[in-house]
Amino acid sequence: MQWETVIGLEVHVQLATQSKIFSGSSTAFGAEPNTQANAVDLGLPGVLPVLNEQAVAMALQFGLGINAEIPEVSVFDRKNYFYPDLPKGYQTSQMYEPIVGRGEVEILLDDGSARVIRVHHAHLEEDAGKSLHEDFHGMTGIDLNRAGTPLLEIVSEPDMRSAKEAVAYLRAIHSIVTYLGISDGNMAEGSMRCDVNVSVRPKGQEEFGTRAEIKNVNSFRFVERAIAYEVERQVELIEDGGKVVQETRLYDPEADETRSMRTKEEANDYRYFPCPDLLPVMVDSAYIDHLRESLPELPAEKRARFQDELGLSAYDAGVLSSSRAMAEYFERTKDVCGDAKQAANWVQGELSGALNRDALDISDSPINADQLGELIKRVIDNTINGKAAKQVFQALWNGEGGGENNSADAIIEARGLKQVTDTGAIDAMVEQVIADSPAQVAQYRDAEPDKRGKMIGYFVGQVMKASRGTANPQQVNTLLKEKLDALC
Amino acid sequence: MHDKTITEIAGALAAGTISSRELTQDLLGRIDRMDGQLNSFITVTAEQALSAADHADQQRANGQAGPLTGVPLAIKDIFCTQGVKTSCGSKMLDNFIAPYDATVVSKLRAAGTVSLGKTNMDEFAMGSSNENSFYGPVKNPWDLTAVPGGSSGGSAAAVAAGLVPAALGTDTGGSIRQPAAFCGITGLKPTYGRVSRYGMVAYASSLDQGGPMARSAADCGLLLNAIAGHDARDSTSVARVVPDYTEELDAPLAGLKIGLPREYFGDGLDPSVESAIRDAIKVFESLGASVREVSLPHTSYAIPAYYVIAPAEASSNLSRYDGVRFGHRCDNPSDLIDLYKRSRAEGFGDEVKRRILIGTHTLSEGFFDAYYKKAQQVRRLIRQDFLDAFEEVDVLMGPAAPTPAFDLGATKDPVSMYLQDIYTIAINLAGIPGISVPAGFSGKRPVGLQILGTHFAEARLLNVAHQFQQATDWHLRRPEIAEENA
Repeated sequence: MQWETVIGLEVHVQLATQSKIFSGSSTAFGAEPNTQANAVDLGLPGVLPVLNEQAVAMALQFGLGINAEIPEVSVFDRKNYFYPDLPKGYQTSQMYEPIVGRGEVEILLDDGSARVIRVHHAHLEEDAGKSLHEDFHGMTGIDLNRAGTPLLEIVSEPDMRSAKEAVAYLRAIHSIVTYLGISDGNMAEGSMRCDVNVSVRPKGQEEFGTRAEIKNVNSFRFVERAIAYEVERQVELIEDGGKVVQETRLYDPEADETRSMRTKEEANDYRYFPCPDLLPVMVDSAYIDHLRESLPELPAEKRARFQDELGLSAYDAGVLSSSRAMAEYFERTKDVCGDAKQAANWVQGELSGALNRDALDISDSPINADQLGELIKRVIDNTINGKAAKQVFQALWNGEGGGENNSADAIIEARGLKQVTDTGAIDAMVEQVIADSPAQVAQYRDAEPDKRGKMIGYFVGQVMKASRGTANPQQVNTLLKEKLDALC
Repeated sequence: MHDKTITEIAGALAAGTISSRELTQDLLGRIDRMDGQLNSFITVTAEQALSAADHADQQRANGQAGPLTGVPLAIKDIFCTQGVKTSCGSKMLDNFIAPYDATVVSKLRAAGTVSLGKTNMDEFAMGSSNENSFYGPVKNPWDLTAVPGGSSGGSAAAVAAGLVPAALGTDTGGSIRQPAAFCGITGLKPTYGRVSRYGMVAYASSLDQGGPMARSAADCGLLLNAIAGHDARDSTSVARVVPDYTEELDAPLAGLKIGLPREYFGDGLDPSVESAIRDAIKVFESLGASVREVSLPHTSYAIPAYYVIAPAEASSNLSRYDGVRFGHRCDNPSDLIDLYKRSRAEGFGDEVKRRILIGTHTLSEGFFDAYYKKAQQVRRLIRQDFLDAFEEVDVLMGPAAPTPAFDLGATKDPVSMYLQDIYTIAINLAGIPGISVPAGFSGKRPVGLQILGTHFAEARLLNVAHQFQQATDWHLRRPEIAEENA
């Protein structure tokens, strides 16, 4: 039987506010345990929450970024359950009236085509603390630094049909929130976490299968692998005559499998009710307009502009708009060198290769966009040829050239890489090479005319060598062809 | 000075006839001698009180005294006080030393008042007799065999017995007004949002409100001046200008329109209470007020609605007492669940457990709509009843409680206890202010008249109550125990 996978994602994005969602404590990552937990975060008797306006603004920016409906009123609810790292015995969240309503996210697939994934809603909530099980001699330590950190939970419709689509969606969310600057998107530090709802159904069937929810998957790769495992498990189960039960599962990256945490029967009754300590959040249209005006260009718009205005391919436009840092780097490079295609080729080719090799993020690139732009400019204006440009790139990468924006020029100068375009000089070199290669000239002459094109490479190589790589290869080629053909 | 009002004490302090230290020492002595019988204090902070009194005297010497500088008072043990045990009447918080001051506590401190300590109360403010305290019941100073009312029973008894001229209380369903009535003092529950709840241990967040308990309406006004106002740390506190609540006290009542809710004079009202209340109404008529009957048609739903909403909020508010970070923790827990179960089973008393169970049930899946949502709808109707009534009349009047103070140990059935709040509870659901003033006696035991106004009508209520106190002397009566120990 043919099976179809149905996937919905709940993505928890940690908002990049200075302080917590309901208290003035810092949200900075990595502090000593419990040094960023005040009376409110500890849930001491008598404390009250006060909503952080910045968290509201960020949630609304996200809503605008996915063209979502923004309700005039949203309400915080309490989700009640006991857990040691949940100080109040409830999590303040939004169950019934979330801050962001229905919206849409466009995802880009490998073949360059786009699909729209619907977002059901996004709501604000507070994060819990952390339970630490090591170093406490059989006891558990509680660190409440993270308790109260603002989260935006983005809940998709079950619109994805493959692990690849789910990853593409997650990447799209990642790029939207980082473009907006509302999250650092750092998955390793838990700034973006994801619950994956997976079910399978026979292809063509309308009704959804029973789903399993895989909790807390925290990398793009794990999302893909967890789904792959889960789909296989469910299909095997059904084909063996079994039934999928609604349950919560955990993905174990070490074993590369999902395991049951609790079934629906064991699920908590969270006893949601409106939090009486917080007033409903009223959002007026003037505030929305103000936020809308300050919205940056988002990935989908950028991608469209790169294609339409800069003439880039869908693929190039997609890659170059995938992150704000990448897009900004590319645009700066393009502005400096004045050629979008050259800039795109260099950023995706030489630069991305080097970044991958050294496992660096583009924001940590040793070559800045101005330097790369200046280098490309020298290729475009024929000061250097492509081969020399790669040498200059490597030298820049190694920190040569003094680090100024025009470092490329310094390297070109120091290494004498300036391209020789003086026809007389090239002419002389070409004559010399022909004179020094009688055997090759004879072969050339004896070959069929349509085979000669390939044979010319030898002569070009010799001339380039003689010029120490500085001759303009185009000119060399033309001259050689002229002179050799004259000998035939 | 033990039987004087704040107004009189402030005058004596200003005139230099007594210092705050002398007064504080005198009252601490009374607490020492008398509170063994009354049990109105959980914690007496003598040392801090004397140093605060010295500081107040110093401020006065420097010419920096305000209207409350050097005035002693007490604070219900539901308000967090930095460095001082804040038990909320519970074993659960018997070991809890608050690391911060509630907003009203710091406001009172800033106003120069001198706190003598923390008063007894029903555990987590759940009760109408003060019999639900981990620290034992409080006795009514008028009759030591009677309850003082609750939950702010310690505050009411301490003021009535002349241990302090005033005290802070809290009122979720009548917890200021009913004990004020039982102990023959004046107690004001402000409009919800008028006084910050920050640092006030939560029972039912949408109903809880702190307020003053004192010997006169004028004193309540002075205290409200100090504690009212918006607090950035309490989102439910209202950003509205705080008037001078003493300014309108002397306005004449001629033309005042008084409504008597039919439902507040029905079955279950003790005849001696009714007759005292009817007499009090006559006083107002003699002051030029007109009286008419009005109806609050949804009154009978107030107690059921309250006992859905308040326990629901309480069940969630009290989840933080889990033995993990503060408060009572059981010995040698075998695992996490054991830690939760035994810490909570040992730390909470029966009434608290009962309300947690009720609240947990009413919020459960499948019951939420039938209970919680329905109760919220009823709440809106009850609020509307009052708003409609205030279209017709300026204030409403009636008894604060259906009976005078009852005997200690007499009311064992929780539902009969809940019915004690039949005239006070709807006020919290509606969010309006109410004041209870002494209006006579039923035998040895005082009777309280309740006066209700629309939202933020505190100045009007204080004015009406003050005028009554100018015309009567019920509020000047003192129990024997107070005079014996003079």
